[in-house]
Amino acid sequence: MSAVYEKVKGVLVDKFGVEESEVSLEASFDDLDLDSLDLVEFALAAEEELGVRISDEEAEQLETLADTVKLLEEKGAQA
Amino acid sequence: MSHPEVAVTGLGLATPAGLGTDASWQGVLEGASAASTDPALAGLEVDMSCRIPGFDATALLGRKAARRLDRFVQLATWTAREAVADAGLDPEAWDGPRVGVVIGCGMGGAHTWEEQHRRMLEHGPERVSPLLIPMLVPNMVAGQIAIDLGATGPNLVTATACASGATAIGTARDLLRSGACDIVLAGGTEAGLTPLSITGFAQMGALSTRTDDPARASRPFDVERDGFVAAEAAGVLVLERDDDARARGARRRARLAGYGASADGYHVTAPDPEGGGAERAMRAALADAGLAPGDVDHVNAHGTSTPLNDVSEARTLRRVCGEAMSVTSTKGVTGHSLGAAGAIEAGFAALALEHGVVPPTANLTEQDPEIDVDVVAGSPREQAVEVAMSNSFGFGGQNAVLVLTRA
Repeated sequence: MSAVYEKVKGVLVDKFGVEESEVSLEASFDDLDLDSLDLVEFALAAEEELGVRISDEEAEQLETLADTVKLLEEKGAQA
Repeated sequence: MSHPEVAVTGLGLATPAGLGTDASWQGVLEGASAASTDPALAGLEVDMSCRIPGFDATALLGRKAARRLDRFVQLATWTAREAVADAGLDPEAWDGPRVGVVIGCGMGGAHTWEEQHRRMLEHGPERVSPLLIPMLVPNMVAGQIAIDLGATGPNLVTATACASGATAIGTARDLLRSGACDIVLAGGTEAGLTPLSITGFAQMGALSTRTDDPARASRPFDVERDGFVAAEAAGVLVLERDDDARARGARRRARLAGYGASADGYHVTAPDPEGGGAERAMRAALADAGLAPGDVDHVNAHGTSTPLNDVSEARTLRRVCGEAMSVTSTKGVTGHSLGAAGAIEAGFAALALEHGVVPPTANLTEQDPEIDVDVVAGSPREQAVEVAMSNSFGFGGQNAVLVLTRA
């Protein structure tokens, strides 16, 4: 597992109250009971934690954590 | 015109006197003030408040609700669940569109406002949460209860400052009388114990400054009173038409017999010293209940512990109802929970009717000689209460009076 994934997982567990056992690369935001407002909030948290900006439009396209980690890594996120 | 009678079939209370209806009732009967120094208000001129003991949103409502709902919504959501369970109703089974929700709220999401404003100033507008608006707007509390319990009938929030909870209950009563609803969850909530809100009340001169002795600070009707102590709380009543409640074999805890409302049209914060608006609301509530002023046995007073309110209210009570009834202010114990106060006090009035006991006014050691009514102090008083009145008067001169009778 990548360091970026571990960071994303940490944000979801600490800030969004997701159960650690529910988090996996295949999990969708829907599976984790996070809606579009949560996704915008997630993008803000990712920016704080990883120093890269996800636009609202990009956030809307994200479905799974795998998509999210890929996007963050492409943007040069450093965990 | 004759109206269908309305019964209180369920109660939910989360107050500084206790978490839950039973704990709150025990707390007000014990008569010990819940006020204490509040670390969240450290450094302010007034650094005390009355908080609900043990209200842990994560433990009681889950992590998602703890994160996504402002505290004023969390308190009311938990309390609405307690009230519905107490009424023996099953939200899975009820006819949702026939269930209304009317909740009073003075401030809305004060915690959210202040936290997000700080974030914007410190980190810029792009860091402001997308949940800012859904968390802070006052109407969200009724909307969230609809989501939580599938109550999809008429749904609104009333804002009449410190009378909001009583206004909500009166409004709910009308939804039952008109036939618009079969069940209404009615109450009030407030969670404004934040540095900016408390400072605002302190700057008005509304708060007690007895910060060296918080437990003695809220002292309604006492000659040494110097202002109120701010509180958080929520209260929800389940209201149904009396016939419907009987038909389903529900326990009727009290009847909501009358509601009266008025405006002082006098001043933004000070009560009309002549009590004209308050008197009209009291008389309207009694007339609505088909009762005479002399029928009132017990009054749960607005009794905020401010110098102006308590003397003006007591004079008005004396003029309208005479001297035979017992008067208490449960705010001695709970402090003043603003938009929740009218709802939790309607709950305490219902419990006084049900149990035949009146809670004492905490910290009343020397009654103000200008206050010439029979204030219950020291310990609870056993009294077979048949008719109870609950007064609520809001800043802005908005008055709401409820009359409850024994079921």
